[in-house]
Amino acid sequence: MIIAVAAGGAIGALARYGVSRMWPNGGDAYLVWRTGAAAFPWTTLLINAVGCFLMGVLTISLKKRFTGASPLLSPLLGTGVLGGFTTFSTYTDDARRLFENGQPGPAVAYLILTVGASMSGVLLGVACVAGMLQVRRGGSDTRQGREGS
Amino acid sequence: MVDWILVLAGGAVGAPVRYLIGTAAKARLRWTYPWGTLSANLGACLLLGLFVEAGTGGTLDASGQALLSTGFCGALSTWSTFSYELLTLAGGRKSIEAAGYLLVSVVLGLTASFAGAGIARALW
Repeated sequence: MIIAVAAGGAIGALARYGVSRMWPNGGDAYLVWRTGAAAFPWTTLLINAVGCFLMGVLTISLKKRFTGASPLLSPLLGTGVLGGFTTFSTYTDDARRLFENGQPGPAVAYLILTVGASMSGVLLGVACVAGMLQVRRGGSDTRQGREGS
Repeated sequence: MVDWILVLAGGAVGAPVRYLIGTAAKARLRWTYPWGTLSANLGACLLLGLFVEAGTGGTLDASGQALLSTGFCGALSTWSTFSYELLTLAGGRKSIEAAGYLLVSVVLGLTASFAGAGIARALW
């Protein structure tokens, strides 16, 4: 179990590092523009929102569809990969740096936007899978109905 | 290349530590409140504030940042589990607990980040 979480965490952290290297801004980078304003940490925001969406997809899939899946899957993919991919500490630290750089507006906006995007992400993930399962079940019900009549 | 390996190593330690904190919290505290995620997140916020400020001060170099900040703190803290826990609390008609959990995490996380940075400035 621990090894699965460790392997997942390593993959997730690496993926986050790759993304933040691709789009450096306020996130893991120390990019301060020539105007003295720090960049808005879009990358961390996006990483967290996508990670939350995938968490919603994963958890509901394992709970409702793949009930016979290996019990290692949730620690590996959920706790490990997605937990390692998303980050709460960079979120608060990005906000702190925006505050300290005299940008309280963007800092508060970032704090609120991340909450909104992450919660929308997880809700959307759950809703997508639930909707897909509904369509499948609905489809098979109609078929059965036709066969019956 | 080396920094990628350092991030990998930090992530391989941070995630299991969060998992162990979670299982310990579940075993010790009977109340089904997500204490594990909260402690892991707040601890990571404090440490990251410290490491980042140590980096700004020149005490911790880029390799140390990759290992400790991006790798360890990044994997120790999580948004994905946090958001799912919030959803579960809210869906279980515990909206006040969910709002409290969100508010406490964000406010204390930010405070921890400032505190960590303050400690680093005092030390170096």
